[in-house]
Amino acid sequence: MSLKLEHVSYLYGTDTTLPVRALDDICLEIPDGQFIGLIGHTGSGKSTLVQHLNGLLEPSEGILSYNGRNIWEKDFPRKELRSKVGLVFQYPEHQLFEVDVFSDVCFGPKNLGLSKEETERRARRALELVGFPEEFYGQSPFELSGGQKRRVAIAGVLAMEPKILVLDEPTAGLDPRGRDEILGQIAHLKKETGISVVLVSHSMEDVANYVERIVVMSHGKILFDDVPRNVFGHVKELEAVGLAAPQVTYILHKLKESGFDVDTQATTIPEARDEILKAMKVEKTC
Amino acid sequence: MNIIETSHLSYDYIRHDEEGNVEGTTRAVSDVTLSVKPGQFIAILGHNGSGKSTLAKHINALLLPSEGTVFVDGMDTREEGHLWDVRQTAGMVFQNPDNQIIGQVVEEDVGFGPENMGVPTKEIWERVEESLKAVGMYAYRKYSPNKLSGGQKQRVSIAGVLAMHPKCIVLDEPTAMLDPNGRKEVIRAARALNEVEGVTILLITHYMEEVIHADTVLVMDEGRVVMQGTPREVFSRVEQLRQLRLDVPQVTLLAYELQKSGLPLPDGILTADELTAELTALREKQERKAKKEKACH
Amino acid sequence: MLRDITLGQYYQADSLLHRLDCRVKLVGTLLFIISLFVVDNFPGYALAAVFLAVCIRLSKVPFRFMVKGMKAIVFLMLFAVVFNLFLTPGTPVVEFWKLKITREGIEMAVKMAVRLTMLIIGSSLMTLTTTPNLLTDGLESLLNPLKKLKVPVHEVAMMMSIALRFIPILLEETDKIMKAQIARGADFESGSLIRRAKAMVPLLVPLFIAAFRRANDLAMAMEARCYRGGEGRTKMKPLVYGKRDFVAYGVLASYLAAAVVIGRVLPI
Repeated sequence: MSLKLEHVSYLYGTDTTLPVRALDDICLEIPDGQFIGLIGHTGSGKSTLVQHLNGLLEPSEGILSYNGRNIWEKDFPRKELRSKVGLVFQYPEHQLFEVDVFSDVCFGPKNLGLSKEETERRARRALELVGFPEEFYGQSPFELSGGQKRRVAIAGVLAMEPKILVLDEPTAGLDPRGRDEILGQIAHLKKETGISVVLVSHSMEDVANYVERIVVMSHGKILFDDVPRNVFGHVKELEAVGLAAPQVTYILHKLKESGFDVDTQATTIPEARDEILKAMKVEKTC
Repeated sequence: MNIIETSHLSYDYIRHDEEGNVEGTTRAVSDVTLSVKPGQFIAILGHNGSGKSTLAKHINALLLPSEGTVFVDGMDTREEGHLWDVRQTAGMVFQNPDNQIIGQVVEEDVGFGPENMGVPTKEIWERVEESLKAVGMYAYRKYSPNKLSGGQKQRVSIAGVLAMHPKCIVLDEPTAMLDPNGRKEVIRAARALNEVEGVTILLITHYMEEVIHADTVLVMDEGRVVMQGTPREVFSRVEQLRQLRLDVPQVTLLAYELQKSGLPLPDGILTADELTAELTALREKQERKAKKEKACH
Repeated sequence: MLRDITLGQYYQADSLLHRLDCRVKLVGTLLFIISLFVVDNFPGYALAAVFLAVCIRLSKVPFRFMVKGMKAIVFLMLFAVVFNLFLTPGTPVVEFWKLKITREGIEMAVKMAVRLTMLIIGSSLMTLTTTPNLLTDGLESLLNPLKKLKVPVHEVAMMMSIALRFIPILLEETDKIMKAQIARGADFESGSLIRRAKAMVPLLVPLFIAAFRRANDLAMAMEARCYRGGEGRTKMKPLVYGKRDFVAYGVLASYLAAAVVIGRVLPI
């Protein structure tokens, strides 16, 4: 069970003299149960890529297959694919429209033609997974705080019970508290359900703490695809494409330059702390 | 004279029920006393709902205090006769780059404020040119705003305010919707205005790394100012910031963690260079000590 | 897609037509349209076509750019042509079943097609060479006398200009919301008319909310920048007639006179 992209390219503006290659020869596989970070700055093609994953855009070249079947085959059930690969857009709260939270979350499963009981069971489960308190199920989604609205919107996609959940910058515009809560909740639901999660972001710090694999995009190409510590090792290359490694990585590089014996691959604060303490202690015992 | 002076400022939002009757009030800003000197760079930190945006809207007289007073350059914002002078003195840049650009061409948008103020045509052009140059957007003067990146749009918005020749600019979360590069652009532009043109800046944000260069940092929570001081003073109180669930720059956090593990580092380290220097100094001290001990043996 | 409509889109170039005062272009377009309806014979249309061709040439806007804009209106034109073709009484040329095509019908249909094509190209030429902002400025200036009748000319012009600024943004937003709802299994394309209308609710509700939110933000931003209506406002780009504008008025007047003479008075 996996989603596989083979040499996928996407061009737009083909009717003009200057067609733009938004995706350029992308090869990528999203297996079951993986937590992936997709990083790139604005215009790197990450949003275009994401829209390919559930068949909203058709690749100009290359093949995208789900469970070994080309999704652009003539009789492939693309509507069903959209429930298997759940896509949460940027600022997803802008798509809320129902009179109350619960009905809004029911919209997705209802479109799948499920029975009323099943629809409601899924909606309940989805709202539970995003940590939305039950006493507000009947409230208008427009009266909620920014962070709560976003939870409801994510639940709206989760309620379709996708196998892969793709979130396009789920923390955009939130304050630090809201950001930590949402990211924590996503990590929690990933653990709870075991589905694959693709987290699209331009912040390395956000992603470093959660994901097991990072895909870096630039100019429509995949630049790196590896575990976080290996990716962050390429500080210079990341900078060259307008991305920054986590601040911790910078500090460790600086220390290393000043003659400290630290492992520059640490990505989180506790790791960095231990590295520095180790380096300081070694000096002491000599 | 202070450019902004608030005294015991409080503001209540009035809640209405479905029939439009007053249901109750919510205190958004509570007893804030604050004075800003000309040329200062002030940063206000806080969560959504901490009252920081409500406070900002008072400085531009978009809101009037429920209790207390706000003076902008000596003018009481409650006096209707001062309204337009207040708005011209204290310009404002908002969060959403798309919802504050009125013109369909960059230069026309920047000219919008001066047009409203009745500035003569020739002078409008001079002001537009100098403002766009000040934020580094002059090359884009003929562009449609829809063709610009988020950071560029916000710089155009800043130029639009600058063209009104304000003494003070209030930036209300100008970077909340931008990517890291856009954020850097906007903060750089704001700092340049402060340093080169001497414009007083009030920056409202929830990104810590943007306030490191401010003269004073205010932290707001539940409508009150709960912390106030230089960035170093504020960031040295890591525990309190954490309780408020605000971010602390990673360097500061790392230094704090090292401190907790027993390394004698000073409070409020803000940059990687500082941390490296401190650690190097510390190591040298240890080496000397070790040498001395060896010599004794 | 809605985005392909050229009508109301500005094409940046540096040409004589771009530099002309927008009021001249507005009046000119109006006169051109009038001429199209005054003229009733082929020499007249030929004159109009030549006039239009010269204007297009002077505008430096590529012709295919204009043709692209026509695509959206082809349906409307076909409808008008077919309607005229079959329903004009006169001497029949072809007859089958209950329909007949008359000689007058053919003539009428051709005229209609020519008229409509030139009308659309003519008016899009104006919008292609004039920024929407100038267009509203021009309208405001031309309609200024109506202020005396308490018509809120400035306010209407401001509203138009803001609407023009936000159309592309709202279109993009529509596209985004639509995709988001499709990702949630919504279906905008199949089903009966009623079902399809119902399917629009998840699109329209968020769209309206977004529009109101934007309007609210924008009003605040405008107030913060001292906007208080048209009174006491100066203009960054005031409209001033130059020598070439008077010349253009002269050319327009002579064109209209020629069109009337050739197209109406002189017919053989």
